[in-house]
Amino acid sequence: MMRADFAAIANWVAPQSQVLDLGCGDGSFLAFLQTQKPVHAYGVEIDDQRVLACVQKGLNVIQQDLEGGLALFEDKSFDTVVLSQTVQTIHQTEKILSEIVRVGKECVISFPNFGHWSHRLAVAMGHMPMSKSLPYAWFDTPNVRVLTIADFEGLAHQLGLDILDRVVLHEGRPITWAANLLGSLAIYRIRGT
Amino acid sequence: MSDLHLSRNTIHFAESLPLQSGAILSNYNLVIETYGKLNNDKSNAILICHALNASHHVAGPDPENPSDIGWWDNMIGPGKPIDTNRFFVIGVNNLGSCFGSTGPMSLNPETSKPYGADFPVVTVEDWVNTQARLADKLGIRRFAAVMGGSLGGMQAMAWAIQFPKRLAHCIVIASTPKLSAQNIAFNEVARNAILSDPDFHGGNYYAHGVVPKSGLRLARMVGHITYLSGDDMAEKFGRELQRSAGAPDEYRFSFDVEFEVESYLRYQGDKFSSYFDANTYLLITRALDYFDPARRHGGSLSRALAEVQAQFLIISFSTDWRFPPNRSREIVEALLSNKREVSYAEIDAPHGHDAFLLDDARYHNLVRAYFKKIAEALP
Repeated sequence: MMRADFAAIANWVAPQSQVLDLGCGDGSFLAFLQTQKPVHAYGVEIDDQRVLACVQKGLNVIQQDLEGGLALFEDKSFDTVVLSQTVQTIHQTEKILSEIVRVGKECVISFPNFGHWSHRLAVAMGHMPMSKSLPYAWFDTPNVRVLTIADFEGLAHQLGLDILDRVVLHEGRPITWAANLLGSLAIYRIRGT
Repeated sequence: MSDLHLSRNTIHFAESLPLQSGAILSNYNLVIETYGKLNNDKSNAILICHALNASHHVAGPDPENPSDIGWWDNMIGPGKPIDTNRFFVIGVNNLGSCFGSTGPMSLNPETSKPYGADFPVVTVEDWVNTQARLADKLGIRRFAAVMGGSLGGMQAMAWAIQFPKRLAHCIVIASTPKLSAQNIAFNEVARNAILSDPDFHGGNYYAHGVVPKSGLRLARMVGHITYLSGDDMAEKFGRELQRSAGAPDEYRFSFDVEFEVESYLRYQGDKFSSYFDANTYLLITRALDYFDPARRHGGSLSRALAEVQAQFLIISFSTDWRFPPNRSREIVEALLSNKREVSYAEIDAPHGHDAFLLDDARYHNLVRAYFKKIAEALP
């Protein structure tokens, strides 16, 4: 099934552009993107099985750990760097954010919003939330950084990142008010300053 | 499972070959083995480039000696990752080698004696030129892929640089864009072992009816250490003593074989020195040393790869300390800076440099998937 953020992210990618998808998983997004518009793309992924899945789809994929930074990639060498539902799995948050704005002229970043009311309620009831956007039990989650929309915007400001655009979704539908309470998935278009 | 369609041929090249060194070889032979069938438009050919000690005999049983199975038989054959039911695969013995292609053991037409030390130094680029002439003879305008591991990977890379239009895919495994000082140092120890063997006779040992066996043996022992990982050696041999059944497991306080690893290295050295030619060992290690495509571009690998058109698959192995993953990443980085098509996989395997020859599911699945995509694009 197509993930809710795919279409929103694809909207922000220009045809004929150079795209780098960090934490590209099995290549679903890049495969989807290439059905939408002609782009030249690379994925980056650490997991063996997912790298294999990308090769099976005929995608360019580079196997590496994002914790190590993006030394393989030159400054401003991509029109769009995508970090789709990956930032919450990376320990070195500030480093990866500074790296993506170094490598990309623009970046698209999406993450599950821990601030959604159902998550807040779960915590209020004494349990870590499990939901469509946070589907893992606390003890086996790949997420190592949980954040809310307000948290992200705070850090973006602190790091001097320009937020160019924002889309907040819940169950695939756009949320236009009280986003940090009603949105379960946030997608930003940002760039460095 | 269908037939491998193995065919072996010696191909004569009557036109002279100018070498990178400036020397000219007036004519030469190359021995090749092919597997599978060339399709009508000759678009399904795969060239396999060999590493230091290998040959044209890539897959299947040797027609003359069926117990001798090709060096990459786990990779190439019917239904294997490189499926000979789809592809026409060519293994070629490189110039200067000792398995039938023209080399130091061959007769020099000018003297009617073996070339010996007079055989010219050949480079990776020279080999690629001879392989291109071979492709011409076979009517292959463009390879579906050129592939190799280690030194073979260097040849694949050189193909993409020298003949960018003549290969669709370039598969470079456990390789490097150039040797490090440490790599050259190991080669130098190996060459010194041969050069200082009293039976070497300045490379003209054929005339003396001897071979510098002890030098070659030592060269192979040193080389072999660099092909294995420390963990692999620990796992295989540890500190086990070499003892026959029932013998006490005690030190003997001697310089004979005490540890199993010593026995293994001696065995490998003996085996190798019984079939490999010392002059070829010198030549091939030198070809390794000299390979450095960035050198002509002010040290910029990115510029060296600027004109390549092939799609690349680069694979490295985590425990390879001869050509570690970092060296492969240099190639990836240079390709990325040129926005070329490239995929890179780093296989977490315990077997060091030798891993590229071994059967590892993650590695083989990846190569299989990659070649499946190549096959799908064929007519």
